[in-house]
Amino acid sequence: MAEFQPVLLANIDKDDSHTLRAYESFGGYAGLKRVFGEMSANDVKELVKGSGLRGRGGAGFPTGLKWTFLPKDYQGPIYFCCNADESEPGTFNNRILMEEDPHQVIEGLIISCFATASTTAYFYMRYEYPLAWKRMQAAIDECYEAGYLGKDILGSGYSLDLYLHRGAAAYICGEETGLIESLEGKRAWPRIKPPFPAVEGAFRKPTVVNNVETAACVKQIVDRGSDWFRSIGVQPDPDNPRDPGSFGPKLYCLSGHVEKPGCYEAPLGLTVNELIENYGGGVWKGRKAKAAIPGGISMGVLTADEFDCPLDFAGPGKYGCLGLGTGAVVVVDETVPMVDFLHNSCQFFEHESCGQCTPCREGTSWALKMVNRIKAGKGRLKDLDLLLEIADNIGIIPGTTICGLADGAAWPMKNAIRKFRDEFEEYLKRTNPNGYMETDPVPILEIIGAH
Amino acid sequence: MTNEERILTDEMIAEIKAFFPRYPSLQAVTLPALHVVNKRLRHVPLQAVVEIAKLLELSPAQVQDTLTFYGFFKQDEPHGRVRAWVCRSMSCHLRGADELLEHMCEKAGVEPGGTTTDGALTLEFGECLGACEFAPCVLANETLHKCVTKEQADEFVESLE
Repeated sequence: MAEFQPVLLANIDKDDSHTLRAYESFGGYAGLKRVFGEMSANDVKELVKGSGLRGRGGAGFPTGLKWTFLPKDYQGPIYFCCNADESEPGTFNNRILMEEDPHQVIEGLIISCFATASTTAYFYMRYEYPLAWKRMQAAIDECYEAGYLGKDILGSGYSLDLYLHRGAAAYICGEETGLIESLEGKRAWPRIKPPFPAVEGAFRKPTVVNNVETAACVKQIVDRGSDWFRSIGVQPDPDNPRDPGSFGPKLYCLSGHVEKPGCYEAPLGLTVNELIENYGGGVWKGRKAKAAIPGGISMGVLTADEFDCPLDFAGPGKYGCLGLGTGAVVVVDETVPMVDFLHNSCQFFEHESCGQCTPCREGTSWALKMVNRIKAGKGRLKDLDLLLEIADNIGIIPGTTICGLADGAAWPMKNAIRKFRDEFEEYLKRTNPNGYMETDPVPILEIIGAH
Repeated sequence: MTNEERILTDEMIAEIKAFFPRYPSLQAVTLPALHVVNKRLRHVPLQAVVEIAKLLELSPAQVQDTLTFYGFFKQDEPHGRVRAWVCRSMSCHLRGADELLEHMCEKAGVEPGGTTTDGALTLEFGECLGACEFAPCVLANETLHKCVTKEQADEFVESLE
């Protein structure tokens, strides 16, 4: 196979790549014009379905299939939400698209909205992206000016309004029904599904929620065809009839202890080793790696022996991780105690649990308290089992929570303790030589008591 | 209520009302309205919540409920003229974020979450700022400071008025 040429990031280093003038000079919006000239909404839907595109936000649900869950011939409004609440630790690919190539995202969105018969789209962007906010707003203004947004776009008879909506620094708003609740002006508590948003979403109307990178992929599929998209990536596993494959290019985010952190585009299925060595310049300071997060912190952790893990939708699962997630790889070098790693992870989820479901609210908070105690040199071997008991019992997978935040909190706990148990035990024995075998309840808890 | 007691200015009200046509419900204007007020006052006092609720035909409790969900909006007193978030999530943590936050707090003479006595700076930790390739990073108002060293952090704190 010839060396892969970036597509999604092809133009980000060019002068004024964020402006309409530059985007059109790269052939931008030609695909949209062709859609309006030659294709029906159904044609676009079928094209995207045929491409095998799976959502890039983390769950990897097939995009075209998601669109077909909308009610047929629905007469009321259908809303479209673009999920730009990228907040998964390690992840910044959407930010780069919005800052450097916002029109690619908007063109993909207009095509997606046309395909799903949405006439109002909300672009929900996290608060922490001031430059992306300015660039997206300027790009949207340019589109209204040029007739790519608004009434009767390019004389097609199709009208679309696209509004930016600003978040307020809450991780949970990236969960699609949390996003919808937040958009509606409420606390971002995820909804129980079903009904799924395609049936009852924003303002209780059918709604599609798609990620920023997904929208950019739609634009590329329209330009280059579904065969092109399917020629990149990983074919479905013949032994698994439920595997839809992992097609197309992916924006991988690489950070942590590597020489050249950055966002790199490669075919799905690149291994962690290839990403670190071929793109990231290797582990920094000539050190060895100890571990890596495969796709955002929620996905768990790989040991250095597992870096042959392919980063496609099915890959990390084969190594005990939750999944591909956002494709954000964070490398941890040999000097980092895994207790520190676990502490940072627990701290994040304790802070970001929305508090709606008790197992997640209490589980993440008690996990952090226990890891704090371990770090303070008062940990016991039993704490590792207690932490695992929490991790195995919070989340959608054990069936105790409404959304997947708790699964994301649980996975780094499970992976870190199970894959690095020797290191944790050694740490406990070294830091708490007189008390590590203790199994009685921690005294302070007895004094406080329950009730 | 007289104009003197009112917190929302005519300008703020006009800016909030400009959002109305965008959404099929008035409640959806809650976050935009909170941002309008917060941008100007650097906090959203309870009286502003009452006035926003009236504009959006909601109970003040509904607006307050939403506001308190997002730790973002301060209510008791304004944050500093610059509000800086030192990212503490994994990528930044691995490249010295904890030490950076401690260093900056010492330099500015505040605890994390605190505001300097002259009101120039509020220093807080932030969760992942989505700039992991520039770890450790600090977002100060609209400016992202990348790969921040202790020397750069000192310069930043000293530059504030």
